Amino acid sequence: MMGRKESLRLTPSQTVGPYLSLGLLREDWSKLVPPGHPQAIRIEGTLYDGAGEPVTDGLVEIWQAAPSGRYDHPADGREELPLEEGFHGFGRSGTEEEGRFSFVTLKPGPVPGPGGTTQAPHVMVAVFARGLLKHLITRIYFEDEEEANGQDPVLRSIGDERVRSTLIARKEAGSLYRFDIRLQGEGQTAFFKLSA
Amino acid sequence: MQQHGPAQEQQREILVPQEDDLEQPPYLYPGYVGTRLRAPKEPLIILPKTLSDITGPVYGHRKPGELDNDLTRQHGGEPQGQKIIVHGRVLDGDGRPVRNTLVEIWQANAAGRYRHKVDQHPAPIDPNFSGAGRTLTDDDGYYRFITIKPGAYPWQNHYNAWRPAHIHFSLFGRAFRSRLVTQMYFPGDPLFFQDPIFNSVRDEKARGRMISSFDLEATIPEEALGFRFDIVLEGRDATPFERPHA
Ligand SMILES: [Fe+3]
Repeated sequence: MMGRKESLRLTPSQTVGPYLSLGLLREDWSKLVPPGHPQAIRIEGTLYDGAGEPVTDGLVEIWQAAPSGRYDHPADGREELPLEEGFHGFGRSGTEEEGRFSFVTLKPGPVPGPGGTTQAPHVMVAVFARGLLKHLITRIYFEDEEEANGQDPVLRSIGDERVRSTLIARKEAGSLYRFDIRLQGEGQTAFFKLSA
Repeated sequence: MQQHGPAQEQQREILVPQEDDLEQPPYLYPGYVGTRLRAPKEPLIILPKTLSDITGPVYGHRKPGELDNDLTRQHGGEPQGQKIIVHGRVLDGDGRPVRNTLVEIWQANAAGRYRHKVDQHPAPIDPNFSGAGRTLTDDDGYYRFITIKPGAYPWQNHYNAWRPAHIHFSLFGRAFRSRLVTQMYFPGDPLFFQDPIFNSVRDEKARGRMISSFDLEATIPEEALGFRFDIVLEGRDATPFERPHA
C-alpha cells in the first residue's frame, strides 16, 4: 500500500553453541519460588539426543501462568485474577549435569484458548542447544489434570496418543513431576511451530 | 502404529521439520554435524496463537549491574585485543522499538578462546576477560556494549573448520513468541564461505542481517572501533486479551 511502512525482516536465529552457560547461566533462575513455598512443585527431566544420549550442553526455559491462570504480562488484562507475590512465571535451567534440568515452580492455572475454549494447565517450554539452529518449542501438561487435559484444544488436536503422551509430565512422589525431552528418534517429544 | 480416529487425524495440522523458510535456518542442516542427532524428525505441530505465547517474561524487575555492559572493565586489568563498541536498536517487524528488554551476550576472547571448561582450543585464556555481558534496551530500543573483538576459532565440524568471529546474542522481546538467540558477525570476514552455521540461513540477504556494519560515528578516537547491529524480533504489542462471551 502507498505510504505504508514496509515491514522489517526478522533477524535469523543461530545456535547457542556449546558455551551458552557463559552468557545464560550466570545466575540460577531455575527456582521460580523458594523451595520451601507451601504450593511449590518440582519439575525434573533429562534432555536426550537422537542416540538416546543425554545432552549436556543444552538449556531449557519455561514460561507459565500463575496458579490463578493469569500471566504476569501486560497483554493479560484479567486483573480480577490474582498474581503471586514474587512469582513471574519465567525459569531457566541448564542441562550440564548429565542432561538433567529442573524447576521449582507453582502449578499454573487453566488459561483461555482459541474460540472460547479453555487450555489445561500447561507450561510453555523453549529448548536450546548446540546443534539446534533455532530453539524448539514444546509444552508441559500435568498427568493429574486428566479432565482438563481432555478438554484442552491443543492436546485434542493431536490424534496420535503416543505423540500426545510426550507432552504429559508424570506425577512422581508428592509434588514431583517428571518430564523428559527427546529431541529425535524413538519417543520423540512433540514440538510445535507457533502460528503467525 | 497407534490407532486413532480419522476425525482427530484431520485436525492435526502438520509441517515437516525441514521448513522451506530460507530466511531462517532449518533444524536439520547436515553440513553442521551437530544437527544430525538433534534435529527432530517428526512433523512440527502448529500451535494456535494464544495468551500463552503473546505473553512472555518482562525483565524490568531484574536490572543488570552497572558494569554488565562493559566487558572490558570486569577485572583488575584491561583485556587483550581490539576494543570495540557494539551497539544498535532492537525493533519489531513494524519498526517500533522494543523497550526495556534484556540483551545477553557471550563470546570468545581476542585469541578465540572461551572461558569455559569444555573449550580445549590451545589459545590463551585472558585473565581480564570473562566474555559475558548483559544490558536492557532503553526507550528507543537502543543498547550498547563495550567489549573486545573476538577471535576466530577452530572446531571439529569438518577438516580445517573455523568459526568466523562472532558474538552470541540472546533476546526476549515482548513475548514468548519473540524469543531469539542469534550470532552477530563482522563485515568482510573471509571465513563465511566455509561456515555451515552462518550458511544454514540460505537466503543471502537474511545472512546479511546477522552481519554488523562498521560504524565510524560510534568509533571512539584513540580507543575503540564501533560496530552497529540492529536486531528485528517478531511480535507487535499483543492486543490485550478479551474475555470470551459467557
Ligand atoms: Fe561461539
